Amino acid sequence: MVNQLVAENLKHRPVRTLLSIVAIGIEVVLILTLVGLSRGMIDEAQRRARGVGADIWVRPPGTSVLSLSGASMPEKMIAYFASQPHVVVATGSIVQSAGTGLDNVQGIQIEHFEKMSGGFRYLEGGPFAGSEDLIVDERYASQNKLKVGSRWKVINREWRVGGIVEPGKLTRLFLPMNLVQDLTGNTGKISQIFIKLDDSKNTAEVVAAFKANPQLAGYGIFSIDEYTSLWSIDNLPAIKPFIFIVIFIAVTVGFIVVFLSMYTAVLERTREIGVLKSLGAQPGYILGILLREAGVLGLLGAVLGVIFSFGTRMLVARFAGAMLVQHIVPDWWPYTTALAVGGAMLGTLYPAWKAVRQDTLEALSYD
Amino acid sequence: MTNGGPIIRVQALRKVFRVGDVDVEALRGVDLSVNKGDFVAIVGPSGSGKSTLFHILGGLTAPTSGSVSIDGTDLATLSENGRTRVRGSKVGFVFQKYNLLPTLSARDNIAIALDIAGKATEPDASFQDVLRFLGIEHRLDHKPRAMSGGEQQRVAIARAIVNQPAILLADEPTGNLDTASSDAVLALLRDLNQRMGQTILMITHNPEAAAYANRTVKMRDGRIVS
Ligand SMILES: Nc1ncnc2c1ncn2[C@@H]1O[C@H](COP(=O)(O)OP(=O)(O)OP(=O)(O)O)[C@@H](O)[C@H]1O
Ligand SMILES: [Mg+2]
Repeated sequence: MVNQLVAENLKHRPVRTLLSIVAIGIEVVLILTLVGLSRGMIDEAQRRARGVGADIWVRPPGTSVLSLSGASMPEKMIAYFASQPHVVVATGSIVQSAGTGLDNVQGIQIEHFEKMSGGFRYLEGGPFAGSEDLIVDERYASQNKLKVGSRWKVINREWRVGGIVEPGKLTRLFLPMNLVQDLTGNTGKISQIFIKLDDSKNTAEVVAAFKANPQLAGYGIFSIDEYTSLWSIDNLPAIKPFIFIVIFIAVTVGFIVVFLSMYTAVLERTREIGVLKSLGAQPGYILGILLREAGVLGLLGAVLGVIFSFGTRMLVARFAGAMLVQHIVPDWWPYTTALAVGGAMLGTLYPAWKAVRQDTLEALSYD
Repeated sequence: MTNGGPIIRVQALRKVFRVGDVDVEALRGVDLSVNKGDFVAIVGPSGSGKSTLFHILGGLTAPTSGSVSIDGTDLATLSENGRTRVRGSKVGFVFQKYNLLPTLSARDNIAIALDIAGKATEPDASFQDVLRFLGIEHRLDHKPRAMSGGEQQRVAIARAIVNQPAILLADEPTGNLDTASSDAVLALLRDLNQRMGQTILMITHNPEAAAYANRTVKMRDGRIVS
């Protein structure tokens, strides 16, 4: 019976109801997009790291895994690692900011890199042909409308797109290692080393041997599993607080919208609430009606937010596919639903309290 | 239920409203007994305290002093929630303005009174008889705004009696109705009283309406004068 009243009340003011639901939907999609983005970016980084095909990653001393730029390892170390037991291939890369956005360009030794990773799959063009060739992945190409032969500026120089490859290996922009080293004044230096073993089962043993070597003290030596596990939300500085701040803002906005919506609803239904009380309705009964209304708003808003998050994923893929990856995060749906419903109910408490407190006789004579 | 004594017993009832710095004495010592099965018309000039008396009888507001007991329950000692509970179980209200919930159908307007009382919302067979008797059976799926004043008032009466209250309080129930609808509603109240033994108190300004009752109480200046 109360459900009937709740449904009728919501239908009675369709625009107000719709706007409240949309506002809650926006609250929810904000959270889902942000969480989906951070998770998508992390997954993408892990996927690309695995795409290199290395069993072991070596990073120079004093660098964080996640801040890749800079080159402080001598290139000679590649040869050292290549000569160690179980090592089949060792190669390295120099990481350089591409100068725009979040992209970075990596200078690679292409033959070794292809050997390790199983080779690029060229959708267009081929490997570096001249000293001005750039390889980009398909997402980067489509985002920037690049074709083989296009000119493109990276590290303050114009390059020719020589090959477009399937995404998923290390990064989206590749140049020959020696060119990047020379252009950035890092001749003979690299940012990281990748090592492939005869058998992945030997990884732990080899990592232990490297770590036991006093000359490698301070170097970050990671199995690929360790390395990818470092890509987590806990290791991304400021992401967690940022997510919390956005959640807080989103919930606050949802709260305010429902507060106003229910406040006006209670005001315009003053007389009806008086009628319910004249029929013997206790405060709990009236509170129940209003909370259920808010709960329905919250629930529908939460569902709408989930639907919206598919939309934001589409937009992200369409307009920022090379830079950003957004995942759909179903494990967060219960949380956002709880936040939406909880926020809506919280926003209803004060209006409901006013409704319950108002004098029945005054309410009955209210027009 | 009652043990032969009056179903309403009011003694030395006073109600003072404070408006700014001024005290308005709406009731100045009312004594009244109503027996089960009575149909009482309450008449008197505007401002004489009729509605105020009803509001106290129905527990909508607390008396300033005096005692009020409905069907054996003393209202004066109850909290607001306690009075609300008594109202839900022992008192049915019918207002001049019908006061139906505009978003609900007639059926649901009646059912919500059952729901508030914590009963199943499907009225039982005997209640179906009442609906037939009120002549609103065929209008139950309509919303109030699609109904005439007379029909709305009959739905309001159905809602007021669906929980079988000890007393039915009707404050100028025909005040907004044309003569024909008015006569129908009054006849209905009389039938409710005569056939079902429903105790009814009805405020009216209209002597013809008062004639439907079997007892008339006159009020003036916050007192009962006869
Ligand atoms: N809430 C209130 N605040 C202040 N004064 C009130 C209030 N309610 C009633 N009064 C006063 O109490 C007196 C009795 O009012 P009441 O409404 O009981 O009269 P009534 O007999 O029902 O009149 P009517 O026939 O016009 O309905 C009036 O003087 C009225 O102004
Ligand atoms: Mg009155």
